[in-house]
Amino acid sequence: MIEIEHLRKDYGAVRVLEPLSLRLAEGTFCTIVGASGCGKSTFLRLMLGDEQPTSGTIKLNGTPLAPEPGPDRGIVFQRYSVFPHLTVMQNMLLPADIAGAPLLGRVRGGKRRDAEARARALLVRCGLEAARARYPAQLSGGMQQRLALAQTLMLQPRVLLLDEPFGALDPGVRNDMHDLVLQIWRESAMSVLMVTHDIKEAFKLGTRLLVFDKVRHDPHDPNRYGATITYDLPLSATGAAHEGAEASAPPDVAIAAALDTTDRLKDREFIS
Amino acid sequence: MRLINKTPSRPVAVALAALPFVIAIIVYAWASDARLAVNPADKLLPSLARMGEAFWQMAFVPNRRTGEYLLWRDTVASLYRLAMGVSISALMAITIGTLLGFVPLLRATLGSFVAALSLIPPITVLPILFITFGLGEVSKIALIVVGTAPVMIRTIAQAVEDLPREIVVKAQTFGATTWQMIIRVVLPQILPRLFLAIRFGLVPAWIFLISAEAIASTEGLGYRIFLVRRYLAMDIILPYVAWITLIAFLVDRVFLGLSRILCPWAHLPAKAG
Repeated sequence: MIEIEHLRKDYGAVRVLEPLSLRLAEGTFCTIVGASGCGKSTFLRLMLGDEQPTSGTIKLNGTPLAPEPGPDRGIVFQRYSVFPHLTVMQNMLLPADIAGAPLLGRVRGGKRRDAEARARALLVRCGLEAARARYPAQLSGGMQQRLALAQTLMLQPRVLLLDEPFGALDPGVRNDMHDLVLQIWRESAMSVLMVTHDIKEAFKLGTRLLVFDKVRHDPHDPNRYGATITYDLPLSATGAAHEGAEASAPPDVAIAAALDTTDRLKDREFIS
Repeated sequence: MRLINKTPSRPVAVALAALPFVIAIIVYAWASDARLAVNPADKLLPSLARMGEAFWQMAFVPNRRTGEYLLWRDTVASLYRLAMGVSISALMAITIGTLLGFVPLLRATLGSFVAALSLIPPITVLPILFITFGLGEVSKIALIVVGTAPVMIRTIAQAVEDLPREIVVKAQTFGATTWQMIIRVVLPQILPRLFLAIRFGLVPAWIFLISAEAIASTEGLGYRIFLVRRYLAMDIILPYVAWITLIAFLVDRVFLGLSRILCPWAHLPAKAG
């Protein structure tokens, strides 16, 4: 359960997020869309603990978040998500190394064999078994993102944060990634928060969709008002979209409106 | 085809690279011949044969007075000082540089201080070093350290700061402590940059080594060329300069090779599909 109360973020005089409150049940797959600069990545970084809110609180299962990233929240970024100096297998073992060896940062013996077995199983699932001795620079973009995803799963975080994780991938590869991330989500009790630019992707994957936008606009002082959640839509969880069929929006007025909004947002982005 | 799109094949590239060297040697030989034809006792541009002979004398004929092979004695003495100086600088760079680049509190404390230190012209410190440490090995090594460490520290600090924020955040989501991040993420990733910093640092290191040896020493490559300068012994000075250059080149290659062996990930060819 994630509880967000009056969360606000300013950068100096620039307001990025208007106060927003939100509750997310455990196991929610929450997708977040909005134009560039509408605070959705800032929101994710606040969840991550990499940024601190100007005011307001975030609680995870009743306890306030620590003001820095921690092992209860996993993250996959769009880029630089894996460690370039480690092979695929070494990347997978890093979380176990860190958890098990405070001083040397490298586990040995039985612990290592356990971690290797777990890592190998995850690599097989993510189709990376054959590449386990390669360095990230020798992998395609899709493989790198699969590795980043697999790596976060070594720790089984409560919340998985995805910051446009598939934004740089080809459409075909992106579809495979969708299947993988849904599979993983279904099998775990994790909540997922995913920021994306792709409205179709947001509908296809999410059980809940948040649209971030600026509602108030001061033409003389564009930085005065920040963005907030303009649409908060429950999606038919494990519905047609989740069985791998093409995402088809239910004939729901609110959703249509949301789509409309994001199209408008896209236009604006295109123009600016 | 445009000039910028013409690339030489491997043999052509080798031949082109050799060309300036060959031309330089031919021009030298021609100029030397011309001077020696006028005055056979000319010392300024000794013939290639004369230099070869002098170099042979220094390398393989024991000195009449001391019975030592001077070239090797000088080389060992200089390389020892260079290795000590550069090692100390590298060690300082990796410890202080990493901490400066990674720990904001330390950067706030020491950043400006190191920046100020790096602006002191190192050779101005030499009298202080001679007064403090005497004329022995310590002051020569210290000069190399003073001359190379601040820049190397700042290079490493910058390399650490340039690590993508995403990588550091990701390590924290694994629960890594600052120490764990330093040994598992930061140090391995800046190792190639350390080798690069050492290779670049060797250039000023040689300058300060030769300077220190020229001023106060009893052996060393720099000492030797400044000693024989009194006799206008160009037949020794020129081969010594070439020898120093060759050593500098080989040392550089050694560090490049080390970087390739120890950080294979940083030297990968273009991305696979």
